[in-house]
Amino acid sequence: MKTLLGAVALMMAGTALAHAEGELFLYNWGNYTSPDMIKKFEDKYQVKVTITDFDSNDTALAKVEAGASGFDLVVPSAGFVGIYAEKGLIQKLDLSKLPNHKNIAPEWLDVAWDPGREWSVPWQWGSTGMSVNVKDYAGDINTSDIFLNPPAELEGKINVIPEMGDVLALATMWAGGTVCSEDPEVMKKVRDALLAAKPKWMSMDYSTVEKMINHDYAATVDWNGSAMRARLGNPDVAYGYPKEGYGLWMDNVVLLSDAKNVDNAYLFLDFIMDPENAAMLSAFARYGNGIAGSDAFMPEDMKTAPEIVPPAEFAAKGQFVTVCTGKALEYQTAIWTELQK
Amino acid sequence: MSPAEETAVRDQVRSAWYLSAPALAVLTLAAVGPLLIVLVYSFLTPGTHGNIEWIFSLEGWRGVLFEYDIFDDTLKLADGNLTIFWRSVKLSFVTTVLTFIVGFPTAWFIATRPTKARAAWLFLITIPFWTNLLIRTFAINQIIRNEGVLNTLLLKAGVISTPIQLTYTDTALLIGMVYVYLPLMVLPLFATIDRFDMRLLEAGYDLYASRWQVLRRVILPIIKPGIIAGSILVFIPCLGAYVTPRILGGGKNMMIGNFIELQFGQGKNWPLGAALSVALLVIVTIALLVYVRTISGERKNG
Amino acid sequence: MARRRDFAVNDLPGATLISMLVFIGLYAPILVLIVYSFNAGDSVAKWQGWSLDWYRTAWANDEVKAATWVSLVVATGAAVLSTALATMAALGTTRRPAFRGQTFIYVMINQPLMVPEIVTAVALLLVTAAIKKATGYSGLGYLIVAHAAFCIPFAYLPIRARLEGMDLTLETAASDLYASRWQTFRRVTLPLLMPGILAGAMLAFVTSLDDVVITEFIKSPGQDTLPTYMLGQLRRAMKPDVNAISTLLLALTLVLLSAFFLLTRNRK
Repeated sequence: MKTLLGAVALMMAGTALAHAEGELFLYNWGNYTSPDMIKKFEDKYQVKVTITDFDSNDTALAKVEAGASGFDLVVPSAGFVGIYAEKGLIQKLDLSKLPNHKNIAPEWLDVAWDPGREWSVPWQWGSTGMSVNVKDYAGDINTSDIFLNPPAELEGKINVIPEMGDVLALATMWAGGTVCSEDPEVMKKVRDALLAAKPKWMSMDYSTVEKMINHDYAATVDWNGSAMRARLGNPDVAYGYPKEGYGLWMDNVVLLSDAKNVDNAYLFLDFIMDPENAAMLSAFARYGNGIAGSDAFMPEDMKTAPEIVPPAEFAAKGQFVTVCTGKALEYQTAIWTELQK
Repeated sequence: MSPAEETAVRDQVRSAWYLSAPALAVLTLAAVGPLLIVLVYSFLTPGTHGNIEWIFSLEGWRGVLFEYDIFDDTLKLADGNLTIFWRSVKLSFVTTVLTFIVGFPTAWFIATRPTKARAAWLFLITIPFWTNLLIRTFAINQIIRNEGVLNTLLLKAGVISTPIQLTYTDTALLIGMVYVYLPLMVLPLFATIDRFDMRLLEAGYDLYASRWQVLRRVILPIIKPGIIAGSILVFIPCLGAYVTPRILGGGKNMMIGNFIELQFGQGKNWPLGAALSVALLVIVTIALLVYVRTISGERKNG
Repeated sequence: MARRRDFAVNDLPGATLISMLVFIGLYAPILVLIVYSFNAGDSVAKWQGWSLDWYRTAWANDEVKAATWVSLVVATGAAVLSTALATMAALGTTRRPAFRGQTFIYVMINQPLMVPEIVTAVALLLVTAAIKKATGYSGLGYLIVAHAAFCIPFAYLPIRARLEGMDLTLETAASDLYASRWQTFRRVTLPLLMPGILAGAMLAFVTSLDDVVITEFIKSPGQDTLPTYMLGQLRRAMKPDVNAISTLLLALTLVLLSAFFLLTRNRK
C-alpha cells in the first residue's frame, strides 16, 4: 500500500511540474490529430506535444472560460472562434511569426468568423450531408428528404447524428430558410417535419462509420470524412449533397490568452500551415485543410474523392453552420427537446 | 439514565462526528459545496453562449414546469420535460426491480458456496466491471445487433426466423442498465446474506413453512438492509445515467441526465439545467428520507 | 427431530440456474471484446481473421497508454481514499443510539448519488479552476479527490450493511479481556468487517474507472482517462486498440487477483 501511495504522490508531483520548457498543450477533438505529424513536429523542434481530447465545442469553451485550463492551443469550430475572441479568451496572432500564413487558400482567408485570419488558423473543414447505402436505395441521394421524408426502403434504418446545430441547419435549409432562421413559418415546418420523420429513424448516434460499413444503418446524416471512411470499408456507401442546401463547417486553431508556451504555439501554427504537414493532417482525419498547395501531398484516394471534392453542381449549395443566438437558438433547443423527449 | 450512562452516550455521539468528519469534509469540498454554486446559478440569467450572467431571474425555474410555446408565446406545461422525467423514473424503477430479480439469486448462490469458494465467486462477478463502462456498453451492442451473436445463435437454433430488432430500443437500454448496475445490487445483498444464519431456514422448514413462506417470512425481512442499500445504489444513479442511454438507447429518447447535459451544452441554458438538477435533487432527497424513515420506523416497531 | 429433507435448506429453487445465466450474461460482452481485440481488420464489429495488430497499435499509441495509466492511478487513489473515509463514517454512524444529525450525515454521504454527474461536473469545473488559479497546482489530485467524493457512497453502503448485522458479543468479549479499543478494532472488528470493506473498495474502484463526465470537465492537460479518451473517439469510430488495452488490463487484473488469492491462502 505504501508503494502505491508513493506512486500516486510521484505521479501528482510529476504532472504538477509538467509545465517545463519545450512543451505544448493542444486541446482538440478526439482522434483528430495525425500522430505522424505530431511526431514530425516533435522531432523537428524538440517540443513535447501533449494532446487532450474534448468531445463538444461547448465543453471546451466552458473549460477554457473557467480559467487556468493549462492549454496553449484549442481547435474550436468556426462559429466559436468569435465567441472566444469576444470573451477575451484568445489572443490576436502576430502574423510576422507565421511565414506560412501566406499558404492559406484564398477562399479560407477572408472568412466570416475571422476576416484576414488574424485570430485563427485553418485545421480541417468539411460538409454535413447524407450517407446512403445505394444497395438499399437507388433513388436520388442528394436531398435531405433522406432523413426528413424518408423513402420507404430506408424507413427504420436511418440514423441522425445528435448534433443540434448541424441537423437543424439541414432541416432549416430543406424548409426553405437559412441557417439560424428566426422565421416562425420556416421553423414550424422544420419542427413538424422532424417530429413526423423521427418514428422512421433508428437512432441518433455518432458512430456512423462502423455502422454504415456493417450495414447496421442504411442511411445517416453524416460528415463527409466519415462518409469517405465508410465508403473505403464498404463500397456501397455513397455520400449525397442535399440540393436544398447542406452544412459547411471548419475547425480552426486558436491561441489562448493565458497560454504558457506561446513560442512553441507559434512554431506549431506555422508548422501546420506548411502544405506537406497540412496534407498529413488530412490524410489522417480525412477532411480538407484549407492550405493551398497541399493537394500535391494528399493521398491519392483523397484527391478525387467525391466526399472531399464536391461535384460542381452542388458546390454552391453549401451554407456555413454558425452558432445561433437569441430567438433562433430558442427555436432550436425547443424543437430539439421536443424531438428527443 | 445515570450520569455515567449519559456521559457514555455523549462520548458516542462525539466519536460519531469525529469518525464521519473526514468523509464529510471531502463531500463538502467536492460534492455538496459545488452544488451551492448550482443552486445560485439556477436563479441567474443564461449567457448568450452558455455560462451565466449575474442578473437575478426566475426563468430557469419557470422552465422546469412551464414553457412558452415557441410559436405563439402562450405559457403551457412543459410536457417535454415531464415526459423525459417520467421516462427516467420508470426506466430506473424497472432496472432496479430487474437487478433485484437476477441479483438476489446470484447473491444467494454466492453466499451459500463453501467459505473458500465464496471469495472466488465474488471476484468472478466483479471482474467484468474492471473493464470500462464504454467498452462494455459497446460490447453489449455488439452482441444484440441484428447480425450479432445473439440473433445469429437464435436464428441458427430456429427459435426465430427474422432477427429481433434490439439495438436502440428500451429493451436494449434496460439490458445495458441492468448489466451496469448489477454488482451494486449483488454486493450489498451478498454482504447481508453472508451473515445470515442458515439455521433459521432449518427452523422455518421444521415449522412446516413452504419454500415461498420461508423466502417471504424469513429470508426477505432479514436481508432487508441489503435490499435497501442495493435499491438506493441502483435506482438513483440510474436516474442520472448518461452514457448507457446515449449508446444503447440510440439517443432518440433522452433520460433526465442527457436532458440536463443538453442544457449545459448545446442548449446553452445553464440556469434551466441548474434548476432541473436542483429539482431532481430535492425530489430524490425527499423520496430517500421517506424511504429511510419508513424503514427505520418499521425496525423499531418490529 | 428434524425431518429428513430431500433438499439442502439453503437451496433456493432456480438460484443456481439464474446465477449461471447471470454469469454467462456478464462474461459474454467481455468475451466479445477479447475476441475482437485479436481481429485483423480495423473494425470492432466485423470479423476478419486473427492477428496481433491491435496490440501493436495500442503499444505504439502514447495517448492510449497515458490514458490507461491515468485511469489506474486515479481509480486506485480514489478507491483507497474513499474506502478509508467510508469505513470511518460507517463505524461512526452504526451500532450506536440514534443522535441528532444522523440523518444529515446519511444525506450528505448519499448526496453524490442523487445528482446527475453533469451537474457536479460543471460546479466542480468552477471550483477547481479557482483553486488552480490560486495555487498553480494542476496535478491528478483534483481528479482523485473528486472521484473519491462520488465513490464514498458506493464504499459506504456495503460496509454499513456488514456492520449493522455484526455480532457485538465478540467485541465485548475482547474488551472484557482487557484489549484496548485499538486492539479490539484491529483484531476483532476489522477482520469481521473485511468482506464489507473489500466489497466497498471494489465498488469504489470500478465506479471511478467508469467515470466520464466529471473527469471530462475537471481534467488538466494530459489527464485523459480511458473513458474520456474513448468519448473523444465516439465521433470518429472506435478502433479495436481500446479492446486490446482492455484485454491486457483484464489479464493484469486476473494475475493480480490470483496472486492476492494465493498469498492470503498461504498466510492462513
